[in-house]
Amino acid sequence: MMKKILAKSYLGFVLVLLYAPIVFIAIYSFTTAKSMGNWTGFTFDLYKSLFTGGAAEVVGGSSPEKVGSLVTALENTLLIALIASAFSVMLGTLAAIGIYNMKTRQKAAVQFMNNIPMLNPDIITGVSLFLLFVFLHISKGYVTVILSHITFCTPYVVLNVLPKLSQMNPNIYEAALDLGATPSQALRKVMIPQLWPGMLSGFILSFTMSLDDFAVTYFTAGSSGLDTLSTYIYADARKGGLTPELRPMMTIIFLLILVVLLLVNYRTFKKTKTANS
Amino acid sequence: MFRKRSTWALPYVIFMVLFVVLPLLLIAFYAMTDGNGHFTFSNIAGFFTDAKFLNSFLVSLEVALENTLICLAIGYPVAMILSNKDLNKSAVTALLFILPMWINALMRTMATAEIFNAFGIQLGKGTLLFGMAYDYLPFMIYPIYNVLNKMDKSYAEAAADLGAKPATVFLKVTLPLSMPGIISGVMMVFMPTVSTFAVSEILTNNTIQLFGSVIQEQFYNMMWNQGAALALVMLIIIGITTIFSSKKDGEAEGGLI
Repeated sequence: MMKKILAKSYLGFVLVLLYAPIVFIAIYSFTTAKSMGNWTGFTFDLYKSLFTGGAAEVVGGSSPEKVGSLVTALENTLLIALIASAFSVMLGTLAAIGIYNMKTRQKAAVQFMNNIPMLNPDIITGVSLFLLFVFLHISKGYVTVILSHITFCTPYVVLNVLPKLSQMNPNIYEAALDLGATPSQALRKVMIPQLWPGMLSGFILSFTMSLDDFAVTYFTAGSSGLDTLSTYIYADARKGGLTPELRPMMTIIFLLILVVLLLVNYRTFKKTKTANS
Repeated sequence: MFRKRSTWALPYVIFMVLFVVLPLLLIAFYAMTDGNGHFTFSNIAGFFTDAKFLNSFLVSLEVALENTLICLAIGYPVAMILSNKDLNKSAVTALLFILPMWINALMRTMATAEIFNAFGIQLGKGTLLFGMAYDYLPFMIYPIYNVLNKMDKSYAEAAADLGAKPATVFLKVTLPLSMPGIISGVMMVFMPTVSTFAVSEILTNNTIQLFGSVIQEQFYNMMWNQGAALALVMLIIIGITTIFSSKKDGEAEGGLI
């Protein structure tokens, strides 16, 4: 019993530490002070300013241009993450099927290559791609950022799909072909439904990493004026203060993610419960 | 039929050669040439002769080592408690520990720095270590948790039944069996710490420059060749640590999610 209380309070303590910055952001999303830690009274003004695009007459709110570029940064972040993870899943799933059917030595070589982007720190990936685009005289922008995100996301898709392939019975695919399905039909109707869980977790992982990326985007977006949330915040930090509207934005994002995760967990929890009874 | 399907990986292999292998070769190329494309060793020599580069590199290694140890010391007990069915029954608790990762890391770091400011704590080495532990703790907890969760508990029970004390059971059974998780946790914390740039700037108010910041600064000042040389140094060290850890480990277990 004593052990249990001790264990629980340790977990609680670490969680409090982990969540302190997020709670701090959430608390100060209800006050308009320029910097956090300076309480100037409870108000929803920052939320109003965020949702009206800075048009509301808010003391301490930012200009419409500033809020506009923040919202654009959020849209860019989501769009890049969506496109990059969609491509990563396609590329990575095909690659996993290919790798699974390779001979041992070929397999080892491709898997080694697949490991490189996962072991490289972000800055190395960023710098190396920066040099590539300089070397090939490709002007940096949306396309280079998306290509770079695909580069560091796809290995995780491969890693998530490969185990599903080894769980699968290869004869089912062969049977579909024998029964007259074309390879693309067999892929769509037989293979993909079985690989789906791996593809989905690959997608979620890719999406998360793309959202959170800073270093690679920083080096591959160039001076095109393309901002994601990370590069926007970095530019803000260099100028010495965050746009106050970031606080309500982060609070909303966090609550959304929390709700989604709890719902997903509740559903799987219920499923396992009904499966057990 | 099976042989032919191996060609499905071809697009990915071409993609990887273009966007992974070629860029890494370009780092080496730029590191060993000057602005006009002539061969030179001066950039690489610069790393060893310029006190600024060498110092920040050593400081980075020190900070990364300390951060890794802090994350391991805090994270291992967390992973152990989470994977213990008697102490923790809900998967949601485990989820709570990775949830902060979904909030932009730079934003969290800024907030951490603001908390220190609000309490009047001077930004420096201490705040850097504290803030970095925030950022990297989930990366340490998760691989260890995964390995401990899959571990066959009967080994530990057998050891206890045969008269081993709890401390002995931990040191001789649980800890060695969780080694793959520890190794991938260390890999996920150590190298990223050496190479971070924005995080250290924010948390120390630019008083401590980690190696990542120095590399970034070179590129920011258009000194690509010098920057590439520093990146190459880092790449070589990553290569060495990877070979070392994969020899010890064999198969990479754990990983995130």
